[in-house]
Amino acid sequence: MNPAYSVIFFTTASGAGYGLLALLGLTASSVGQSPSLAFVLVSMVLALALITAGLLSSTFHLGHPERAWRALSQWKTSWLSREGVAAIVTYPFALAFGLAWSGLYPAPDAIAPLGVITALLSLITVFTTGKIYATLKTIRAWHQPLTVPVYLFFALASGSALHLALSAFFTRDPGPVAPVALLSLGTLAVLKFLYWRAIDQAPRDRTMGDATGLGDHVRQWEVPHTTKNFVQREMGFVVARRHGKRLRGLFYILLLVAVLLELLAITIPLVSIIAFFIVFISAWVERWLFFAQGEHVVTLFYGNAQA
Amino acid sequence: MTALPQTTSKKLGLVIDLDTCVGCQACATSCKEWNTQGYSAPLADEDTRGADPHGPWLNRIHGYEVEDTNGKDSRVVHFPRSCLHCETPACVTVCPTGASYKRAEDGIVLINPDTCIGCKLCSWACPYGAREYDVQEGVMKKCTLCVDRIYNENFEPEDRQPACVKACPTGARHFGDLGDENSAVSQLVKERGGFDLLPEMGYKPTNKYLPPRAKRDTPQAGIEALPKGDGSAMDRLFKLADRLLSGN
Repeated sequence: MNPAYSVIFFTTASGAGYGLLALLGLTASSVGQSPSLAFVLVSMVLALALITAGLLSSTFHLGHPERAWRALSQWKTSWLSREGVAAIVTYPFALAFGLAWSGLYPAPDAIAPLGVITALLSLITVFTTGKIYATLKTIRAWHQPLTVPVYLFFALASGSALHLALSAFFTRDPGPVAPVALLSLGTLAVLKFLYWRAIDQAPRDRTMGDATGLGDHVRQWEVPHTTKNFVQREMGFVVARRHGKRLRGLFYILLLVAVLLELLAITIPLVSIIAFFIVFISAWVERWLFFAQGEHVVTLFYGNAQA
Repeated sequence: MTALPQTTSKKLGLVIDLDTCVGCQACATSCKEWNTQGYSAPLADEDTRGADPHGPWLNRIHGYEVEDTNGKDSRVVHFPRSCLHCETPACVTVCPTGASYKRAEDGIVLINPDTCIGCKLCSWACPYGAREYDVQEGVMKKCTLCVDRIYNENFEPEDRQPACVKACPTGARHFGDLGDENSAVSQLVKERGGFDLLPEMGYKPTNKYLPPRAKRDTPQAGIEALPKGDGSAMDRLFKLADRLLSGN
């Protein structure tokens, strides 16, 4: 699958934003009002800015961005529509939570319930994003039980890394999120290992013969057009296996560096800012590979022997 | 709406004969010609006079080489590929706007060009590559089964068929109701062993393909089929004439 940069930016940026929002909601509901107003305001604005930038960038790849509002209508069948609805519904709760938590609108009793609801809606939004990919039967590497958990843990890992960095910057204290940050990175590494093993071991048992009904001894003789068409440009992108391996290695190294930096941040809090950027880069590498290694069934009509 | 109809009164679709298709591209070009001026028009191409001309076409004709099981003999099979108007099309249910829909009255899968946002998710969901993005219009395009021809009362009844079917010079394309088991297309599918593409994926395509017939003449048989003399008077006369005319 063609890795469109707008979609990679959307899923990684809004993932980090929703992860941060979820953790802010959960920590606030357990700790209550924050001692640092600056931390509250900056982290809320940053979370919503990341989410909004991501959502806006996802509309850039649309043919008709001005019709994007129509995408909220088909939530009964479409995960993309559900994602849109969940994203929109999260906004008012997040804003109300931010107002109560910052004390700009004094409502200390509302912090905990609003925090929990905001956290739940944030995670539901990330869940729906993962579902868009996981429900596509046409792409074996996406139609996997671990696709959705990986999306959720990426949101948590990048969100908690950002939470850690913000806490360090404003309060010189890693705060209550440090164990979550480390655990989510560790879980992510394990999930991604299992996911890659699953897609490597999954049999590529659909053949050109199955697609065309022409039996086992069939080869492409002539393509239907002289230059690449939309189907080949969009669905025909496949990264070389050896580059894939290298990028997987790079991903593990980035995750390891992030874990070490987050551990170091316990004594030198500001290091966690670097840790966040490392996690964010690892998300880009992983998301790019997720697309590049997604082999679409339609390639069977275009000379791919198995998919 | 993107919810699929429980049943459709008709299952209009195509039956494509892989035995008689000669890969002439007449169906593809007539499809482009009709659909660039009809429903959801135009179907504009990019870089038409440059090095990389491309654009949405609703029908693509592949060519495959199929080897016989003995591995010695092979033949070319021309393979037209377009929307199969599935009974349970994922391209419809993934659509976030409701622009994609399957008609309850005849089962045709269509895109409303006025509400499509061009997110391309339907093209990801389709295993058959039936949907192509139109860069100039910013919407997805697909086979409409010439919905603006088949019900068109300005046409003579025999012309109320998809443009591709009308254009096919070898009669390799057939249009009809595959939900009616007595229809000509259903009979043809039954008689010739028509099959679905990727049936195990579960989209229940309406369009059917007829397999190439078994080969009747091998190259060896072809050599032997040259006439041999039978020793009759007429045969001897011809041989004599041949010798005299050849001058030896």
